[in-house]
Amino acid sequence: MMFAAGSTETALAFVEIGALALGLALLSRLAGRLGITAVPLYLIAGLAFGEGGLARLDVSEDFAALAAEIGVLLLLFTLGLEYSDVELRNGLQTGVPPGLTDMALNALPGVAAGLLLGWHWLAAVLLGGVTWISSSGIISKSLGDLSRLGNRETPSVLNLLVFEDLAMAVYLPVVAALIVGGTLLATLTSVGVALLTVTLILLAALRFGRRLSRLLLTDSDEALLLGVFGVTLLVAGIAQLFDVSGAIGAFLIGLALSGKVEKRAEQLISPLRDLFAGTFFLFFTFNINPADMPPVILPALALAVVGIVTKFVTGWYAAGRLGVGRKGRVRAGTMLIARGEFSIVIAALGAGLADGSELGAVAAGYVLITAVAGPLITKFADNLADIGSSRKASVGQTVPAAGTNQRRPAAAAT
Amino acid sequence: MTEVTETMLPGVGVRHEIVTAAGQRIGVLVHHNGRRELLVYDVADPDACSSVVSLDYEETRTLAELLGATRVSEEVHDIIHDIEGQAIEWITVAPDSSAAGTTIGDGNYRSRTGASIVTVIRSEKPVPAPGPEFRLEGGDLVVAVGSSSALRELQGLLEQP
Repeated sequence: MMFAAGSTETALAFVEIGALALGLALLSRLAGRLGITAVPLYLIAGLAFGEGGLARLDVSEDFAALAAEIGVLLLLFTLGLEYSDVELRNGLQTGVPPGLTDMALNALPGVAAGLLLGWHWLAAVLLGGVTWISSSGIISKSLGDLSRLGNRETPSVLNLLVFEDLAMAVYLPVVAALIVGGTLLATLTSVGVALLTVTLILLAALRFGRRLSRLLLTDSDEALLLGVFGVTLLVAGIAQLFDVSGAIGAFLIGLALSGKVEKRAEQLISPLRDLFAGTFFLFFTFNINPADMPPVILPALALAVVGIVTKFVTGWYAAGRLGVGRKGRVRAGTMLIARGEFSIVIAALGAGLADGSELGAVAAGYVLITAVAGPLITKFADNLADIGSSRKASVGQTVPAAGTNQRRPAAAAT
Repeated sequence: MTEVTETMLPGVGVRHEIVTAAGQRIGVLVHHNGRRELLVYDVADPDACSSVVSLDYEETRTLAELLGATRVSEEVHDIIHDIEGQAIEWITVAPDSSAAGTTIGDGNYRSRTGASIVTVIRSEKPVPAPGPEFRLEGGDLVVAVGSSSALRELQGLLEQP
């Protein structure tokens, strides 16, 4: 048993978990050196080790699996924390047309590709989710690194991320219910129950959020950490019992917290999230056999190229709505390319499906390509815009030089 | 006042921006954690920042003081030229002093001490050349000019109950 101090099994588990954490630490450092987020590196490491790879976890596999699940909960929890209810409302008010465009342009290619690959429609819907959701983690890091937070196209990017996150709050529980499946009637019932539960938790979160925050607020960091962690897991567990994805329970709890508790919970939970979420990404590709990768590389690559173009169009359109000029629109479009943590969360939902292993492999390849290409492409967005405009100018002769003659509204209404 | 445009940046903070009379766009990004960034927008590409200066709390305060206090020090500077050889003192009116709540005329400070009150700064807003009807309050920062002995005397009146 785990608690039998001194047993060989415990010792081995320590060695495995320790080696795992050290491996993650090295990758995270390397990512920092390269100026990218660590997620793609975790995915590659998971592929190299694990199932069919160089080495696999032995005694600590159960622990790592549970830690990975907690990682998803904490990822969603901190995502919910990130936005205040005012910001969410504001994002919804201004973000619906770009948000729906985003969904149509980016989810449909994934669904179509899944069907073309001959998968079950449910796996195709999950692939649609994988190609749809941009990585808020990678994007907020890039915005900071490239000093673009103050730029005038940035609100359009952030509002799209808010919309995607809210859309996830509906999408995740619905697909989770669909995966449970059964007869048509049973499926419809479980989807209905899922939506009802989400609505109830959301309403309760908005209504009692302040009270919950007050209840959890103490001067002691220890008590606050345990309280927040406990509530998050408890609600997620209950949501899961109703076949609603537990991750959404965690997301809604994150939304509900406000004020001082919100700020301190973010500081306290973030290190915990990094630990568990790192395990999650590693564990995701742990279960993918590297031998499954070669056949899906071409589909993943083709899908990534399409995904880069469709995200670009989405950002170009969304920034244009704020009256942003050509260069800013190119920056917004390229900024959105990166997919990451949530694509993996969605793909992990389908692990048990008949096409689950293929879905996982395509999603891993897709995220690897876009997560690395996205930040790189957006770094050179201004050069891209220059190339585009000089070509146009020399061909058309009517296009004014960038920035000279552009209409500029007096104030961006956001 | 110049019109300030506020834009919410979900998960980041709030951005305030103004366009100067010369057409240059500048802004301040207030992060949720209190950190500030000073934004100067590019002239050729007005959507992008040509420079971004990150400021912590202390730096923000210093910069705000510099920007807010310039007018006062300019005026004080002129006065120094007028009355060469005299000193300048910044005195805070103590809330429990007998001066708090009375007008400058009531205090008759110039006749009693020989020092002149040239400016009063209240809640970081300067009131240049306050008249005898101006009522002092506790916490006001009084800028006075005079000989050093006159200033010491004035300081006593403004600080002691």
